[in-house]
Amino acid sequence: MDITKLTAIETKEIIKKRELSVKELIGSYLDKIDSVDKEINAFITLNREEALKNAEKLDKKIKNGQSLGALGGLPIGIKDNIVTKDLKTTCGSKMLENFIPPYDGKVVEKIKKEDGIILGKLNLDEFAMGSSTETSYFGETKNPINMEMVPGGSSGGSAAAVKAGEVLLSLGTDTGGSTRQPAAFCDVVGIKPSYGLVSRYGIVSLANTLDTVGVLGKDVEDAAFFLSTLTGFDPLDSTSSESAKGETIRESIVNKNDINTIKGMKVGLPKEFFQTEIDKGISREVNKAIKILESLGAEIEEISMPYLEYSLAVYHVIVAAEISSNLARFDGIRYGHRSEDYNTLDELYINSRTEALGEEVKRRIMFGTYYLSKSNANSHYERALKIRRLIKEDFDRAFGKYDILLSPTSPILPFKFGEKMTNPLSMYKADLFTVPVNLGGLCAMSIPCGYENGLPVGLQIIGDRFKEANIIKAGLALEGGLKNGI
Amino acid sequence: MGYKTVIGLEIHAELSTETKMFCSCTNAFGGEANTHCCPVCMGLPGALPVLNKKAVEYAIKAGIAFNTKINTKTRMDRKNYFYADLVKGYQISQDTIPLCGEGYTEIEIEEGTKRVNLQRIHIEEDTGKLTHTMDGDTLIDYNRAGVPLIEIVTKPDMNTPEEARLFLEKLRATLKYIEVSDVKMEEGSLRCDVNINVVDTETGLKTNITEIKNLNSFRGAVKAMEYEEKRHIDTLKQGQNTLKETRRWDEVKGETISMREKGDTADYRFAADGDLAAIEIPEEWVNEIRNSMPELPHHKKERFVKEYALSEYDAGVLTASKALAMFFEDTVKLLDDPKLVSNWVMGDVLRRLKDDDVEIEDTKLSPKDLSQLIALVKSEKINNNTGKKVLKEIFDTGKDPETIVKEKGLIQISDESQVREIVEKVLEDNKQSIEDYKSGKDRALGFLVGQVMKISRGKANPQLANKMILDIIKEKY
Ligand SMILES: [Zn+2]
Repeated sequence: MDITKLTAIETKEIIKKRELSVKELIGSYLDKIDSVDKEINAFITLNREEALKNAEKLDKKIKNGQSLGALGGLPIGIKDNIVTKDLKTTCGSKMLENFIPPYDGKVVEKIKKEDGIILGKLNLDEFAMGSSTETSYFGETKNPINMEMVPGGSSGGSAAAVKAGEVLLSLGTDTGGSTRQPAAFCDVVGIKPSYGLVSRYGIVSLANTLDTVGVLGKDVEDAAFFLSTLTGFDPLDSTSSESAKGETIRESIVNKNDINTIKGMKVGLPKEFFQTEIDKGISREVNKAIKILESLGAEIEEISMPYLEYSLAVYHVIVAAEISSNLARFDGIRYGHRSEDYNTLDELYINSRTEALGEEVKRRIMFGTYYLSKSNANSHYERALKIRRLIKEDFDRAFGKYDILLSPTSPILPFKFGEKMTNPLSMYKADLFTVPVNLGGLCAMSIPCGYENGLPVGLQIIGDRFKEANIIKAGLALEGGLKNGI
Repeated sequence: MGYKTVIGLEIHAELSTETKMFCSCTNAFGGEANTHCCPVCMGLPGALPVLNKKAVEYAIKAGIAFNTKINTKTRMDRKNYFYADLVKGYQISQDTIPLCGEGYTEIEIEEGTKRVNLQRIHIEEDTGKLTHTMDGDTLIDYNRAGVPLIEIVTKPDMNTPEEARLFLEKLRATLKYIEVSDVKMEEGSLRCDVNINVVDTETGLKTNITEIKNLNSFRGAVKAMEYEEKRHIDTLKQGQNTLKETRRWDEVKGETISMREKGDTADYRFAADGDLAAIEIPEEWVNEIRNSMPELPHHKKERFVKEYALSEYDAGVLTASKALAMFFEDTVKLLDDPKLVSNWVMGDVLRRLKDDDVEIEDTKLSPKDLSQLIALVKSEKINNNTGKKVLKEIFDTGKDPETIVKEKGLIQISDESQVREIVEKVLEDNKQSIEDYKSGKDRALGFLVGQVMKISRGKANPQLANKMILDIIKEKY
């Protein structure tokens, strides 16, 4: 039996029954990584020794009759823009090639506390800027479904590692779709929780008002269960919510085999989404999924959300503006890359940043600096914030009537390496359906719902803020429906 | 013809909270370089700021003390610029909505009371500290990074360097009074920038505003303003104008030196800090702070005049420092004679404080000591001069007055027969003085009293001796 084919929940059971030691489990995953990652390149840093040591510790715990935490022994990968104490955190950039953080991010702390085993740090677009994991300083990650295709991004490493069986669960981040889109491209489940549900402490900021952690797993239950271990108010994150709790998420998984849970669920289909240019295969598979949900008792209606069409533009301005400020700290003074070629302080800044930051990062810093400059702030940044509020009101209206909204996760299928690198705008379009969710601070999931020419299609299920339970219920029902051939 | 000087000030005061503005690092001054630091105040990737509520409270206190509007809906903004002492590439500050809006305070100038209006008071974080070594290296200490500051901006309401000085004194006393800042210029917890220009009152011609930075004492600030005032007037007299520039004060040379010309003002690309939620300040909280505010100097002064029947001047001196005012009131509680206590405090006590350059709370003198001492003098157990000596002894040794009087045998001799004995001997030995006195030389009487005091080693009751000398001269001579 190939252990790496099991889900996290199944693996937990095996460990619990002592059919397998944690060390054996971790050993199998490390073997898997050794055999496939040379090609897939999901990992930037492998945490081999530490992982084995921790596995032994857990085995000792089991031997002593102690029970393990919720993530007891499960092999987990972490996107490399989430800081890990004493473990290199590069953000996929030359700038932080050798950066070893002195502290753990809150989510990392929680994983450790729940006895999860961190196998290493996963590849991403540089500083999470991109939708294909091609902008990483550490090389591109391949899509395990088809090695010629990108795995999506920016959490491409996180999605590929789960699909290839290199880890059971992984952490991504999601600022505009960076967890959901690679989940769709790699045929796994990805959840972007509501803004404020999971602490951002230790997530290297891309855009503070949009960033969330993301979770990825083989199926809905795995991803939802993983998420439930990470939630909660964090006094170190002023934007984390005091009402953020994991219980409702766990409760929503309890009835996973009951496909009647979505009977009467109100489902909205934003017509602005479906009127855009969508790959034909994607349309077909998504419509099939909608039919399945309908046959399970969901009430489906079309709705209109007039401000959605401005989402990409608004997103682009806000993200760039926040990036230009957030990335200013990478100046070569205290940590990170410092140029050897400088005479003045300004030269130190300019040369260090010129040498160590990639093209896409520089492009967005320049855009953002322009949008925030005195003469443009009103016409661009402030205006974007205003429209963002209108988009949010669109969602508020929609959720006054509907429990969930549906759309394709991405309008396009996984594409070939290099295909969109020369045209940033076509790359940005891959985030068309995912971006509005971040602008609204909502939760959403990407769930596999079919194939077109052997390439996976993802359905996006959107829920209101802190209504993760709704999207998980719908996700479980769809998964059940697909499995049972409904 | 004449010139009018226009001065506005920007003051940065470090708030004396326990911890820094956005993390739990200590806000203690000094310490080994880079030891009061954590991921947050070092701006490490992933670290997030959390607003220190105490810092907001202290800033609101300052706002109340300076009669400002408190903006109950406000936010923190990012001021973006690059510098080596700035860890994040931006300073968390406030732009369009400062915590405290317009306000004012009053200063006493020769012509009477003058109001100085404030533009705003906002909160922000301090930067690290750079030290340039002899070898041309620059060392950075981030202990100060993230220390909470308030920036107080006045309107250009001051017209002489002296007025600016009075304002600064008032500001310093007030911030100290309400215990929100140490206000030590030498430790950098109070820093001041000056904006100054001059208007020709006849032609209406104005010089361009000069900003003076790097002022580390009030004295230096005044000198710099005086220097600039003259420089601006001279420039106008020559039919020219000053440059719009930033200058620094060189203490050694006694002149200001140009640092940089101010072209278009820098673009800091201000934007709300998304890591910090919008700040909402409940009205009740402001009221709570208002009610818990210590009595401000000018209120205390008014009360002293009313309650203790002191002169405006005396009340002003006694309330200039919170500790001194408290010392006075505590003493009066023990000895109900405000006028007498005020005389002692304003006289010998203050003189001693000035000589030693210390604050009352740093001395060995307690209100109990002073009340006992005054009681001894008042009841004529010791005379006034002995009292002064005892006071000195208390300052030096910290012993209580009764003990000092006992140990040194300083109890005043008021026993008539004892004093009479001494007086008779003195008169016997100083016949010439008696003659002098009789022939109208009043000074001779003083001399005779002095002799009595000398022989009694200062212990004789001088009033008694005086009376007895006159009586005996009348009787015998
Ligand atoms: Zn700190």
